[in-house]
Amino acid sequence: MAVYLLRRLGQAVLILLGVSFITFILLYVLPADPVRQIAGRAATAQTVENIRQQLGLDQPFIVQYGRYLANLARGDLGRSYLQKTDVAELIRSRLPATLLLMAAGIFAELLIGLTLGVIAALWRGRALDQGLMVTSFVAVSAPQFVIGLLLLYVFAVKLGWFPIGGYGTFAHLVLPALTLGILGSGWYSRMMRSSMIEALRADYTRTARAKGLGRLRVILRHALPNAILPIVAMIGIDIGIFMGGIVVVESVFGWPGMGQLAWQAIQRVDIPIIMGVTLVSATAIVLGNLLADLIAPMIDPRIRLR
Amino acid sequence: MKHWLASTALALCLALPAVAQDTDPNAKPGGEIVLTYKDDVATLDPAIGYDWQNWSMIKSLFDGLMDYYPGTTELRPGLAESYTISEDGLVFTFKLRPGVKFHNGREMTAEDVKYSLDRVTNPATQSPGAGFFASIAGFENAGEGGLSGVKVVDPSTVEITLSRPDATFLHVMALNFSYVVPKEAVEEWGEDFGKHPVGTGAYSLEDWTIGQRLTFRKNPDYWISGIPYLDAIHVEVGQEPVVALLRLQNGEVDIPGDGIPPAKFAEVMGDPEQAARVVEGGQLHTGYITMNVTQPPFDKVEVRRAVNMALNKDRIIQIINGRAVPANQPLPPSMPGYAKDYAGYSFDPEGAKTLLAEAGYADGFETELYVMNTDPNPRIAQAIQQDLAAIGITASLQNLAQANVIEAGGAGQAPMVWSGGMGWIADFPDPSNFYGPTLGCAGAADGGWNWAKYCNAEVDALAVKADSFTDPADPERLKLWSEIYVKIMEDAPWAPVFNEQRYTMKSPRMGGADALYVDPVSIPINYDYVYVTE
Repeated sequence: MAVYLLRRLGQAVLILLGVSFITFILLYVLPADPVRQIAGRAATAQTVENIRQQLGLDQPFIVQYGRYLANLARGDLGRSYLQKTDVAELIRSRLPATLLLMAAGIFAELLIGLTLGVIAALWRGRALDQGLMVTSFVAVSAPQFVIGLLLLYVFAVKLGWFPIGGYGTFAHLVLPALTLGILGSGWYSRMMRSSMIEALRADYTRTARAKGLGRLRVILRHALPNAILPIVAMIGIDIGIFMGGIVVVESVFGWPGMGQLAWQAIQRVDIPIIMGVTLVSATAIVLGNLLADLIAPMIDPRIRLR
Repeated sequence: MKHWLASTALALCLALPAVAQDTDPNAKPGGEIVLTYKDDVATLDPAIGYDWQNWSMIKSLFDGLMDYYPGTTELRPGLAESYTISEDGLVFTFKLRPGVKFHNGREMTAEDVKYSLDRVTNPATQSPGAGFFASIAGFENAGEGGLSGVKVVDPSTVEITLSRPDATFLHVMALNFSYVVPKEAVEEWGEDFGKHPVGTGAYSLEDWTIGQRLTFRKNPDYWISGIPYLDAIHVEVGQEPVVALLRLQNGEVDIPGDGIPPAKFAEVMGDPEQAARVVEGGQLHTGYITMNVTQPPFDKVEVRRAVNMALNKDRIIQIINGRAVPANQPLPPSMPGYAKDYAGYSFDPEGAKTLLAEAGYADGFETELYVMNTDPNPRIAQAIQQDLAAIGITASLQNLAQANVIEAGGAGQAPMVWSGGMGWIADFPDPSNFYGPTLGCAGAADGGWNWAKYCNAEVDALAVKADSFTDPADPERLKLWSEIYVKIMEDAPWAPVFNEQRYTMKSPRMGGADALYVDPVSIPINYDYVYVTE
């Protein structure tokens, strides 16, 4: 186990190194000059060159990348070009909000998705099943912006049950988490449905039923745990999807997370922020996958870590 | 040196008591308001901040030697009580207002003024506004040693010597970048001064939760008595404009800082109750198309004129809900020096085709139009594309992020650029501000903001002449600027399309003159002079 963990962590470092290299090279070849953005339109050519030198952007790629890695090794993510603040501080101030929303979003999508999936599987082929599957298809395809605004309009503006956007209390969390939950539940309900149908057909379920166990007990004790297994692996992957998709939801609900930070930085070629957010997101994805792999054998003893 | 008593100086002398009197008799002090923005506030350091969001926040936290009458483009003294200008227009002597205190309680002196100007021009500060101070003597050698042209005569007198006459200098002294900062606070916070600003302004920063909210608290010792009216301003960031509008309608927000979202504009204006709370005003903005005059086919003036005649500006304005007026010259109508009598190129596709034929492009040509990729700019570009197609020009659209469009324009790679979204709103209300970087020879260099790469030596010489006046508001000077822009339009490096109007929405409880809500200098609103009525 320890050897496995060490090897996986080693791989994680290599992956992050690769991500940092690719992002850095993409930003380097990007036809946009961050110095122009800092210098502004009133700047003279001399000012522009001066700033370029101070930021070390006049150096060859390999020197710039080397410096970045050296700073990174010391835990220094650099300073934002335009916000003039340490990137680590900007991320630190926004990471908790994103993690909270992500956790709540995953909880919501599992709750909705798994419940609907199980119901659909049990009523397989009936009108209820078909209705649910069409709904989940709509949920998967709907733009986050639309769902978010719709929920906001109905439950916050019209009914006044929740605040209209913002951050701070549990009430603020409900609608954005629900938006993410509804959108993500589509995948989970479909996965859960097919997985559950398979489990209900499996020999061990038939055996359980043959033993004379009640229907509910068969479903909860025998079919469900087996059906849930492939879903666990999906949660790990889902963290990556969340990191990408959370931008829109954060923006609709005024949620002060990392998505908004990344979006603004990309618009203005604020390279240190883009690098920082990319690395933190990549770390989250790598750790998410690792976590999923570690949990799998706990649920299914047939899986061994190698 | 002698006292200089041209029109402005006289107006300024008369203005002194007015500073104390321009308080509104109907205003009731007290109350707190809530503002929203989508984007984060970057820095509040006056030497660095150059955004839509932080521009007027900085104006409320700090002061400069000069200022403007609220809601107007008319200069008045700020931290300077009075000033004199030498006969040759090269030496400005500012007498400071006594008893002005920084938020930390220390009295502001001439040393602070010098320190602030030295700091903003020091290349180590990386100020985007450093170039505005280029006319101060010693600017070329600015650095740790400071500006040789700025001298402290005594604790309440600063003498600034210019290397060339500069009509815009008093405007520059009213620009955020010139605002006075206390050395001890800048040194205490170092690079983080922008997050811990200390100034002399009407408000001080009480709290800043990054990515969420800022609270500005009234400065009880502000040097204009009775100002500001509000006790506090809460700015909430990260709010989508549509959501901000919903919150306004729900009574939670007083000013949506990003304005009325395009999709909601018709709805708001169609409701008399809401429309009554929308203030409309001009702003110092022009939306234009640049044509790279150094490359065929736009090296031919007939082609550039044809493009000007091809545009159906009224139809383009419909795309932005009619929130603009058609433009026929680079200057916006509310800018001094605007040529009122100039008719411009009228919409005439047939005439445009004839011009193209004269230039040898009877069958049209293919080109590229660069445009920033945020709404409504791609839609505007499509309308331009259709107008061009009607006279035989096939323009393919390059929808790119702002930074990429700026890069392509600066490098001279873009045959045509639509300026929308690139933030060309005047830095200060003077006609020269639309020339230097965007139409003058200096800006035409590689990487400059003159994307048409237009450089007319005759016009450049006229511009130098116009800026050699001492009084920025001299009618002769403004007339000269009108002539300059009309001459430029004959060469047609730009096709001006429209001047955007500003629409600021406010909650029912907001009070104060309408002009404060469409203040041409303090954008979006003048925080110091607005008040609440309940």
